[in-house]
Amino acid sequence: MKSLKRHWPALALLSPSLIVLAVFVYGFIGTNIQISLTDEQGLNADSNFIGFDNYLALLDDPRFHIDVWNTGVFSVAFIGVSLFLGLGLAILLDQKMKAEGFFRSIYLLPMAVSFIVTGVVWRWLMNPAEGSRMSGLNLLFDTLGLDFLVNQWHLTPTWGMLAIALPAVWQMSGYTMALFLAGLRSVPDEVKEAARMDGASELGIYWRIILPMIRPVALSAVVILGHISLKVFDLIIAIAGKQIALDVPAIYMWQTTFDAYNFARGATLATYILISVAVFVIPYLYFTTRKDKV
Amino acid sequence: MSLEMVRERKKPVTPGLVVGKTIQYGLLFFFLAFFLIPIYVVLVTSLKPLDQVSLQRMWEFPAAIDIANYVLAWEKLGPSIGNSFLLVIPGALLAALLGSLNGYVLSKWKFRGSDLIFTLILFGMFIPYQAILIPLVQTVRELGLYGGIPGLILVHVIYGLPIMTLIFRNYYLAVPDELVEAALMDGSGIFKTYWQIIFPISIPAFIVGIIWEFTSIWNDFLFAVVLTGPDSWPVTVALNNIAGSQIVQWNVQMAAAVLASLPTIIVYIFLGKYFLRGMLAGSLKG
Repeated sequence: MKSLKRHWPALALLSPSLIVLAVFVYGFIGTNIQISLTDEQGLNADSNFIGFDNYLALLDDPRFHIDVWNTGVFSVAFIGVSLFLGLGLAILLDQKMKAEGFFRSIYLLPMAVSFIVTGVVWRWLMNPAEGSRMSGLNLLFDTLGLDFLVNQWHLTPTWGMLAIALPAVWQMSGYTMALFLAGLRSVPDEVKEAARMDGASELGIYWRIILPMIRPVALSAVVILGHISLKVFDLIIAIAGKQIALDVPAIYMWQTTFDAYNFARGATLATYILISVAVFVIPYLYFTTRKDKV
Repeated sequence: MSLEMVRERKKPVTPGLVVGKTIQYGLLFFFLAFFLIPIYVVLVTSLKPLDQVSLQRMWEFPAAIDIANYVLAWEKLGPSIGNSFLLVIPGALLAALLGSLNGYVLSKWKFRGSDLIFTLILFGMFIPYQAILIPLVQTVRELGLYGGIPGLILVHVIYGLPIMTLIFRNYYLAVPDELVEAALMDGSGIFKTYWQIIFPISIPAFIVGIIWEFTSIWNDFLFAVVLTGPDSWPVTVALNNIAGSQIVQWNVQMAAAVLASLPTIIVYIFLGKYFLRGMLAGSLKG
């Protein structure tokens, strides 16, 4: 059965996709890196190989420093809160609650809409205007007597990205919950029963037995949320447009490439984004697919 | 039903249990509000007539329901919603079909190195698209497809292949190999076997795959904003432009946001089970 005869048709069927992906994924990554090592500007201009100069230049670029800070703040808040909320909601719904399906559907609903829609809507909610022009959530807080919650949202100096993380959490924590819930449901009832017989408390069962069992789910969630946060782009554009205070590498890359035609710098930023994602996605893919083989 | 059976099934109701349950439901309702508040504000704002839109009263119910905003929003967004459908329908069908063929080969026709190839395909799912954007734009331009919908369809089909391959491969792993072997014994070739045996039992995977692609192509912004022009803008780009301009009123913006998300929300409401399955497949645990 292992003859080439058997494999020929299989390869033939697979090859169109393989060739296209080889070019559009790996080939383009290669081309992008190649461009990042030159001084290419604009479409047809001559370009010279300049080694890693672009990479070094960005390390000294104040705008890139803002980007790194913003991505860090956003990622920590977004991933942390989504995980915490997702796991909390999953455990809650796992308590044989009535109308579980209803709650679950509403929590997951934001996943169906785009980051652009989410951004447009939250821009309206997170209006930073003060005084008589106060609106959105600030107005709600003010009316409810929760004045201490009134804030500048994404205009808050240094920490503005925390306000961007809020709609991102709104959109993705339901998804995180669904991941954890699927994990919790895959733990056999006998395991819980046995622990109960041994006198473990409900909380103890989760903490010491179930959570360690669903660690792979948590890892998946971190990888998925992480790669979303490292390339966050449309959400910020929809909420705040292009402001330097809320800049991230993906926006810088877009502007410098398509507005300023600095292809070399754009390609360098893109490579930095790719590296930041690849350092945790590649080991993840390697270990997950290896386990699959069994 | 005897009394003992009832007693056996129900836990004794203690005060502690009541308090616990109350707190649990309290939390569930609190987060229900968190997820619903934006939706409430969008709907309420979008239904208010122009003269009723004031910042101070944005949380109030509309005094009278007015769909004029929707008419205005439709005038601005209608063509791009049409574009989105022209984009999404062929894109989702093609990506799913190709993903199904790939999944079939990678699950039922494994060869040396096929698992490595599968991993290499999967990586395409996780790359930040910025990393291929510049060569992509150049290539689409050279193919003469820049600025139009066909080019964007092509791009979405290609970058949809990894997740589609994953969804179908996992689905076919659960299909017994004997089915394929029996067909081969009868003299069917690889493609005939696919077409007569595998394809007809793939409907659930197709629903999952097509819903996934429908949603992600509909919601995409990055490829669309880089590869299309005003005539071919899909709905996300058009909505962002409406919202970015200072002239469009909030209530029209909110009506536009509703229109822009209606198709995917309808899919979610009616086919939620399949939608969820696709999302979970995205975590590789499908």
